[in-house]
Order: sequence, then structure tokens, then C-alpha cells
Amino acid sequence: MERRSTIQNIILYGTLIAGSFVMLIPLAWMIVTSLKTFPEAMADPPVWIPEKLQWENYRTAFRDFHFIGYLRNSMFITALNVAGTLFSCTMAAYAFACLNFKYKNLLFGLLMAGMMLPGQVTIIPLFMLYSKMGWVNTYLPLIVPSWLGANVFGIFLLRQFFLTIPRDYIEAARIDGASEWTILWRVYVPLSTPVLMTVTVFTFMGSWNDLWGPLIFLHEETMYTMPIGLLNFIAIAGQAQGTPWQLVMAVSTIMVVPIIVIFFLAQRRFIEGIASAGVKG
Amino acid sequence: MKLHQERLREGIWFFLMAGPALLGFLFLVLGPMLYSFYLSFTSYNVVDPPRWVGAENYLYLIKDDPSFWPSVKVTLIYAGVQIPLSLMIALGIALLLNNRVKALGAFRTIFYLPSLLPATASVVIWIWIFHPNYGLLNELLANFGVTGPAWLNSTTWALPALIIMTLWSFGGAMIVFLAGLQGVPRGLYEAAEIDGANAWHRFRHVTIPILSPVIFFNLVMGVIGAMKVFDQAYVFGAAMDKVPGGPARATLFYVLHLFQTAFNYFHMGLASAMAWMLFAVIALLTWLNFRLGKKWVHH
Repeated sequence: MERRSTIQNIILYGTLIAGSFVMLIPLAWMIVTSLKTFPEAMADPPVWIPEKLQWENYRTAFRDFHFIGYLRNSMFITALNVAGTLFSCTMAAYAFACLNFKYKNLLFGLLMAGMMLPGQVTIIPLFMLYSKMGWVNTYLPLIVPSWLGANVFGIFLLRQFFLTIPRDYIEAARIDGASEWTILWRVYVPLSTPVLMTVTVFTFMGSWNDLWGPLIFLHEETMYTMPIGLLNFIAIAGQAQGTPWQLVMAVSTIMVVPIIVIFFLAQRRFIEGIASAGVKG
Repeated sequence: MKLHQERLREGIWFFLMAGPALLGFLFLVLGPMLYSFYLSFTSYNVVDPPRWVGAENYLYLIKDDPSFWPSVKVTLIYAGVQIPLSLMIALGIALLLNNRVKALGAFRTIFYLPSLLPATASVVIWIWIFHPNYGLLNELLANFGVTGPAWLNSTTWALPALIIMTLWSFGGAMIVFLAGLQGVPRGLYEAAEIDGANAWHRFRHVTIPILSPVIFFNLVMGVIGAMKVFDQAYVFGAAMDKVPGGPARATLFYVLHLFQTAFNYFHMGLASAMAWMLFAVIALLTWLNFRLGKKWVHH
């Protein structure tokens, strides 16, 4: 390719840097606001550097307004969803990739077609089902589906990866008398860490960011997760004496941090996961 | 007979391992799906058993429901404005990043990261920026002598504000475009250059045709996503200490209306009918994606 001229370089990097700036301002403003006093947060003209960094805001939000509890609930639900997804999707993927059964392709096709179904179609019957079983206002509706292979995309990704592992491994292990269970967890899973990471990060994100599920199934304040805890806090505090935006931003910061951390730890997984979904269609 | 035994053994293992997922499909997807179809022809308020009403729910939605068409309109405006804009931004940034850029990883991270953040947090952050009295945006505009509108309280500006907020998360489409651009053979550009094609011609006659399936994919996924917008719309209302959907239905998205019909007013039959209409549109789009996607591929 031709070399770029200086002017082209200036335009290229200038646009990228200006764009990055626009992308980052909201996050910077969130963090700055979270370290202000209430009058500073409301000040006109806006204050960019707080006079004194108000780290107490975090303590106030988490201790006095129960966010420590919401954080614990969010972490609990997310951890069980990741575990459940890894467990059920790995097994299903192995079955569909490596075991012979006459109608398995038909079953796999049905599973894939189910991915297209919007959750809004099933939510009302599920709500009725969970009500009958006494599961509403427990964490079960938010956790059990992931143990039953609800993450079909995860099954798909893992199955595609398992298909690339040479069959010889299975044959050799079977001759040694290994059961399918052993082959899956001792041979296939250790070979599949990259794709397992991808499934983990997407499940983590889906569960951590979920608003829809907790909104429908959790009705008691002590059970709230971070997202509905935050909305509830804004509603209640707003009625009392104006929304304390510095506390709202402190909570938002804590909500965003795990996603940023996990993104940096597993950046390539994210990008490959998204890209492969798009390119393969 | 050894072969027969082996087949039986594998079949049993198959059901042991795929069992949880198959059970999940049966009880959490297929069963609820069929039941929801039945419910869409009934009147059901959770307390009394469902009562068969035929196509009444569908007719009511189309003819009488005061919120149905406004919610369709909001959703369509959002889809028609937000998706083209975000795809253009995504493609533009992807083209820039495809230029052997230094610090590619850092730029890619910065542009992609916002699309991963919880919608609750990102809408709350933006609402703070758009706040009519204390928001950063209106104070910036004031520096230029412009009096910003009361964004979130204005029936005119609420939906545009929401669209601007969600443009922040164009990163997913950008990543797909980048992957697609990397598949364009360098040789094609060089050949076009020798033929005297300028940058615009190369973009128009090499990049766009080769990228067309990817553009189409992003477009369809974007439209399906737009049909299902819920979090952003809900948070938009709730975080302004208002009823979600406001002001005056200006941000009443289709799924938000569905949610309120089901879980605030407990018109479960009506909400099921709405869900099935949504499903019909999404199924149609997915089918189009498959059919046209194949046709559109240029070689």
C-alpha cells in the first residue's frame, strides 16, 4: 500500500483521538461526579476537578443505602449463572458434537431456532409457571435456566469448537476405558479454554447487566440486584430531596468497573466472539 | 451385536449430557411458547382462569388500544434513525482503524467498551449529562449562547436524546465491520489503484460490494435489536423519577408497552398477543436475513 502523507496522518489520528475523547467523556464525568459534594455536582458552571475528593460518597452509598447488599446479590446470581452455563452448555455441546444419536441434528436445529424466539413471548407463561412453583421473589427464576442450557449461543460456540478437536482423542480414550464423562472433562474441556473464556465473559455480562429478569421476579428490596437497586434509589431519593447525583454516579461506577476489568482481562475473547457471530452469521 | 450395544451406549450418554439443555428447551422455550400462543387468544388477569376471546386481543390492539400505534411509531422512528446513524459511525471508525493504525488495540478498546456496559448504568450517566438544569450538555451549549432544550422533559426532544445516548454503543457493529474489512483482499485495492480509481471509487466499488453481506447482517441485527429495546427506555423514564415511557408516551417503546401491559396492568392475554406480533416481525426479518443475505454476497 501507498504511504500516507503527513496531512492524511493528521486527519486520521485527529479523527480517532477526537472520537476517543467523545467516547470517554461520559465515563470521566461519571467518575468525577462520584467524587464531588452535592453542591459541586449541581454547580454551574460545571466543576471538573472537585476541591476535595469525596471518597466517602462510596461509603455512604454502599453502607447507608444498602448497595453492599445489592452488590452481593448481583455477584451471587452472576457467579451461579456462569457456573450453570459452563456446566450445561459444555455437556450439551459435547453431546451434539461427539455422540451419535439418530435425531441429534434435528434436535440441534430446534435448539438453534429457539434462539430466534424473543424472550417476550415466553415470559408470561414462565411467570405463571414460576408463580405456581412459588419461585417468584426468589433467585431461582434468574438462575435455574442457565443450568438448563438457556445460553444456546454458548452451546453453539462450544459445539463448533469441539468439532475441530480430532476424533482420535475420543477413540483412544474409549479404548483406554474412559467414560464419556471423563473424556469430556479430562480431554475436551482442558483443550477448550479459549472458547470457555468467551462463553464465560458473555454470560457474566448478560447476567450482571440484566434488568428485565430482576424487574419481573424480584419484589423485595433486600433481594435487589445492582441495576434495580440503582433505579429504586433514584426514585426514592428523588422524592425526598432531589436526586443525589454524586451517590448515583458512585454506584454507577461500581456497576461498570467489573465489566471494564473483565473486558481488559479477556479482550480478545470478546472481540473474537462478536466478530465470529457476525462473520459466520 | 456389538455395534448395536455401542449405539445404545452412545444414545444413553447423549441424553444424559444433552438432557439439561433438552429439558430446558422443552419447559422453558417450547412449552411456554405454545402456551403463550394460546394465551394470546384469551383474556387473562392472573386471578381468574384464562377465558377464550378469539382474535379480540389482536383486533383491540390494532383498532382501539390508545398506546399500541404510538409505541410502534416510537420503535420505528428509533429503528429508522438510530440504526443508520450507528451503522455509519461504526463503518466509518472501522474504515479508519483498518488503516494500519498505531495503538490499534487501544482505539478499538475505547470505541468498543461503552457497548458492553450495563444499559442501566450508561443511560443513568447520559441522563445526568442531558439533565435540563444541571446537565453538562446544556451548560456546554450555554457557552455558545445556545439555550438547550429540556431534553428529557420535552415530548419533542426526549426520543432524540435517547437516540443520541444509545449511539454511544455502536461498538459491536464496528467489531463486525472490522472483521469483515480484514477479509477484503489487499490485491483488489492495488488493482483498482492501478486502474486509476481514487479513494472514493475504491470504497464504492471494492469495499462496499465485498462488505455488503456484513452490512446487511448488521442492519438486520440492528433492526431486531431495535424492536426489542427495553432497558434503555425503562431506565430513561425511571431514572427521571417518572413513569417509564414518558413524557406523554414519547419514549414508549413496543416492548416497554408490552411489559407494562403484562406486569403493571396484568392484561396477560393482550400482552401475549403483542409478543406474538413482535415475534412475527422478527421471524420475517430473520428469514429475510437468510434469503437476501445469500443473494447479496458479491464475488
